[in-house]
Amino acid sequence: MKKITRRGLLKRGAVAAAAATLPLSLVEISWGKGSAQNFTFAYISDSHLTHIKGTKFVRNFDKGLKKAVMECNFMSPKPDFVVYGGDLAQLGKREELEHGLEIMSKLRHPVRWVIGEHDFYLDMGRFWEDKISKTTYSFDHKGVHFVVLNSILTYDSWIKRWKTPEERMANMARLDNPNGSPFMVGDRQIKWLKKDLARVSKDTPIVVMSHSPLYKIFKPWNFWTDDAEKVQAVLKPFKKVTVLHGHVHQILYNQIGNITFEAMMSTAWPWPYPLSYIKKPNQIPKITVFMNRADPFHERDATGWSILNLENGRVTNHYKLWENRDRILRYDEKLGYPVDTLYQNPARRIPPQEHY
Amino acid sequence: MKKMVAAITIAVALGMFGAFAVQADEFTKKDLEKWNKEFMSVVKEGDRLFHSALGKNKVSCDMCHPNAANTHPETYPKFQKQIGKVVALRDMINWCIQNPLEGDPLKLDGPKMIALEAYITYERKGKLLYPGKH
Repeated sequence: MKKITRRGLLKRGAVAAAAATLPLSLVEISWGKGSAQNFTFAYISDSHLTHIKGTKFVRNFDKGLKKAVMECNFMSPKPDFVVYGGDLAQLGKREELEHGLEIMSKLRHPVRWVIGEHDFYLDMGRFWEDKISKTTYSFDHKGVHFVVLNSILTYDSWIKRWKTPEERMANMARLDNPNGSPFMVGDRQIKWLKKDLARVSKDTPIVVMSHSPLYKIFKPWNFWTDDAEKVQAVLKPFKKVTVLHGHVHQILYNQIGNITFEAMMSTAWPWPYPLSYIKKPNQIPKITVFMNRADPFHERDATGWSILNLENGRVTNHYKLWENRDRILRYDEKLGYPVDTLYQNPARRIPPQEHY
Repeated sequence: MKKMVAAITIAVALGMFGAFAVQADEFTKKDLEKWNKEFMSVVKEGDRLFHSALGKNKVSCDMCHPNAANTHPETYPKFQKQIGKVVALRDMINWCIQNPLEGDPLKLDGPKMIALEAYITYERKGKLLYPGKH
């Protein structure tokens, strides 16, 4: 008879516990031959640190980023890395980016950076690229191919129409600006993406990280990337593709063909769903179960961050919501799109999820 | 003499009002255009205020409420659970100015408050009134 050791018992107990909580098919596939390893990373986004004057910054927004950093440091097991999803600054100021770097330096994990429009349009990304990170790059981690894109580029004619960098930044920073301009990835990056993916096998899971959603939801607020279809076409031959994005400050998810899209929360403030603006039509994904309407009296309500588990090459997204019950999105292999583990069934939804 | 002056004044006043009363309902397209222009100038001012720092920390209303979305003016007055009583939209406007914007409240019947209300309700034009809704 095989001797029962403490370690063996613990191991078997853990297996039994995992089998009890996960659907069996997922367990089998995730341990199958040749699949990507499972791992965890964290995602912090859209902190919008705002410089007032001297050493003063908006307290509310500082608090959000500090809280996310502190909670990431408490993660157990540790995440393999943390992604910062863009819009660290509000007006791209050096003071704001340096202040953000100081807060982010408290993180005990490596950081991968994605640039947002609020970090970019004052100096066209110069400080970011000098001191923080490249804006277009890829890396491999435990069998998953990660791609970071700068999706907040726009047309040259718009960039040139402003008299000063400050004016350009202020006009891009205003979400509901009738004089705004749509985001785009641009042909140069798309060409780079094709080349980068050419060496990746079609069954390698791909995770793309961009600031704006790489699909079209609502042009008036730039929940939009103008050349999204071109990027989607490059990603089409791959079996498992997930696009993670910031910018929208809300729970939002979609499935277009083979590509799963999931939005990250902001640590600063939530944005309304576009259907709350009744004057313009929107293309909100039908599968999204909305987050609760925000309670402004609780400063951190409807803000937060995400813990992402890579399971069998698919993302399971744990939205860490500070004043609400956490939400979990898991890719459903049978349905072929991500579902909320609690609220996807309409019968289970609650009144605060109604937006109007 | 005094009495007579008073009587004449009253007579003149009545005559004037009488004369105007005849035309009371007969406003023209030109009048409508003029009034709309007046209204839209206040909406425009509200739009400007809504997109500028009204408090002391550079935060503006539109940062959380693009196009005044999620302000729900058609639902006021309503029971605001966090305040514990029925309040008007202008009470919530001042709450936002005092808290997230860290500023001083506006005068409730002042031109700035009226302009903000004009902009917020204009962005919601056509929505059915639903006081009390949550």
